[in-house]
Amino acid sequence: MTSASASASTEVPLKRRLKRAERTRQLKALALVVPLLLFLLFTFAGPIAGMLWRAVDDREVRQVLPQTIAALASWDGRDLPDEKAYAALANDILAARASGTIAIAAKRLNYAMNGFRTILTSTARNLKAAPEAGTAKEALGRINPAWRERTTWTTIKDASGPVTGFYLLSALDLTRNADGAIIAAPPDQAIYRDVFARTFLISLSVTLLCLILGFPVAYLLATLPPGKSNLLMIFVLLPFWTSLLVRTCAWIVLLQSKGIVNDGLHWLGIIDEPLRLIYNRFGVCVAMTHVLLPFMILPLYSSMKAISPAYMRAAASLGAPPLTAFLRIYLPQTLPGIGAGSLLVFILALGYYITPALVGGAADQMISYFIALYTTETANWGLASALGAVLLLATILLALVYGRLVQGQHVTGGMKN
Amino acid sequence: MSENPSLRTPSQRIAWTATIVISTLVFIFLIAPILAIMPLSFSSGSYLTYPLPGLSLRWYDDFINSPRWINSLKNSMIIGVASTLLSMVLGTLAALGLAQWKSRLKPLALAFVLSPVVVPGVITAVGLYFFFAPIGLTGSYLGLILAHTALATPFVVITVGATLQSFDTNLARAAASLGASPLQAFRRVILPLILPGLASGALFAFATSFDEVVIVLFMAGPEQRTLPREMFSGIRENISPTITAAAVVLTTVSVILLATLEGLRRRNERLKGGV
Repeated sequence: MTSASASASTEVPLKRRLKRAERTRQLKALALVVPLLLFLLFTFAGPIAGMLWRAVDDREVRQVLPQTIAALASWDGRDLPDEKAYAALANDILAARASGTIAIAAKRLNYAMNGFRTILTSTARNLKAAPEAGTAKEALGRINPAWRERTTWTTIKDASGPVTGFYLLSALDLTRNADGAIIAAPPDQAIYRDVFARTFLISLSVTLLCLILGFPVAYLLATLPPGKSNLLMIFVLLPFWTSLLVRTCAWIVLLQSKGIVNDGLHWLGIIDEPLRLIYNRFGVCVAMTHVLLPFMILPLYSSMKAISPAYMRAAASLGAPPLTAFLRIYLPQTLPGIGAGSLLVFILALGYYITPALVGGAADQMISYFIALYTTETANWGLASALGAVLLLATILLALVYGRLVQGQHVTGGMKN
Repeated sequence: MSENPSLRTPSQRIAWTATIVISTLVFIFLIAPILAIMPLSFSSGSYLTYPLPGLSLRWYDDFINSPRWINSLKNSMIIGVASTLLSMVLGTLAALGLAQWKSRLKPLALAFVLSPVVVPGVITAVGLYFFFAPIGLTGSYLGLILAHTALATPFVVITVGATLQSFDTNLARAAASLGASPLQAFRRVILPLILPGLASGALFAFATSFDEVVIVLFMAGPEQRTLPREMFSGIRENISPTITAAAVVLTTVSVILLATLEGLRRRNERLKGGV
């Protein structure tokens, strides 16, 4: 008796031991997930965070013109800066010319003010030596009168970094005036609201087309006996698995001016001149609807599959006409599926690049096209990143709504099938 | 029309007929473009329209004898297989961990793991382009394999996770109580049961990599161009029938993947039905 109680007192209570075992189990489970988390940090989250940082990063001018930036720190921006700033600029330009970095600052400043590249390079070319003390202001003004303008200096001060809202404002067609107030960007630079509106409009059209075309198909597949619906499902799954490039290529072959559709219509005598079916908005919407339709049909199908036919029978037995029963009983139950499918298609459509790039005209390019363009062609990485940040924000917000919706369905059993 | 049991009134029958007619048109819309370009690849002429002047294999000959196309197919295979293997290891481990992990952070971790599917391709590509260029991973196979693995792993986590959900954890406990080490239990009990799920995950991962083009567009050097990437430039320059031959090759791979997946699903259903 005494020995038993003694051993019990030295042992850790069972409850705590279980807790400890559970904690070890949890740690082991976590250890299995950690490799993937780290991997994605390196290959996905890190790169995207880097891109977001580039949207606000603004250190080019600061690196090339360090003395100027330091001298402008105390400048109030109301009148022209003092002699000290001019002397600093002259020194910076001479140093930058020697190290060949002037183009870096010129490129950045030219984004903020058209023609700044010329101001800076012409000054660099014509500035023979450091001006004597007290004459820098006059000397620079003589080389390029732009140095007598206040806006030239506010542009440099705005670009003094290390972070800026310049690119993000540009992405929304906004800019700052010389006094630092946010105003509308000049019309020749204000194109991105149009591009965002176009991206939104194309995505919305494609989503609606998918819903209109996908609903009857999902209904048919959900209503037919499994044998038949499984067979017909191949018509949905085969395009789903076929390469995006193959499908886009197929539409070009079908719709081009000497393509199958135009030839067919001509042969039938319906048209004399080939119709313009591709490299325009029509082609983009048709090809994108084709690519995204399965993403609408599959969630709709699973939400419809979960609706018990007993509800419709009950409605009928209670005297509801078929249309009323459909509208009041069936349709409301498909709403989560409609929501999930539409959101999914819309989210995917927002980021589309390949299809519009291949079957769209210049006026049908979506936001992704401009992000790619500024990244690889013009190397305006700040603007590319800012546009990317806006697109990413829109995608994340919609994905959060989608997550809520799908989770809700899970609770009601909508996604069980 | 006898399939639908609830057809009582004429208006219901009309609605059902309309559903069938519209669905048929949509099925044609979905399938016809893919079917329409296949015969063109066997054309003896170089115009991409019907009627075909004659049949020949000259465009396949062109495909096989062009180092550009054959290399791109080889690259697609190398990158596809390597990223599938890597994503299988990372994804299966993560799915096993997530199935046991109970934490308030779990939904967050899951959302993070699945996010590569949702984030637009261009954003991932631009981010990787900036991130990988300074460390020499652009223009390299390794960079593309890592990037494709990031995109493919979510599908492995989803498919393997779904399999684990229907997996009876008591079986693993039974194995442990009978003296199996965790590794033995995994190899002898868990693995055979989740193997179909793993296979589906691998197919999804391979298809994701095999079809991906945006990241390749940003990151691949001339040496690493994949088949979709080669098609992209081909379509941009001018659509020759060789592209339709390449399309047939790509589609054949898709059909094989889909058929294998369907076979796995049927087998799984049969097994479940058997119990």
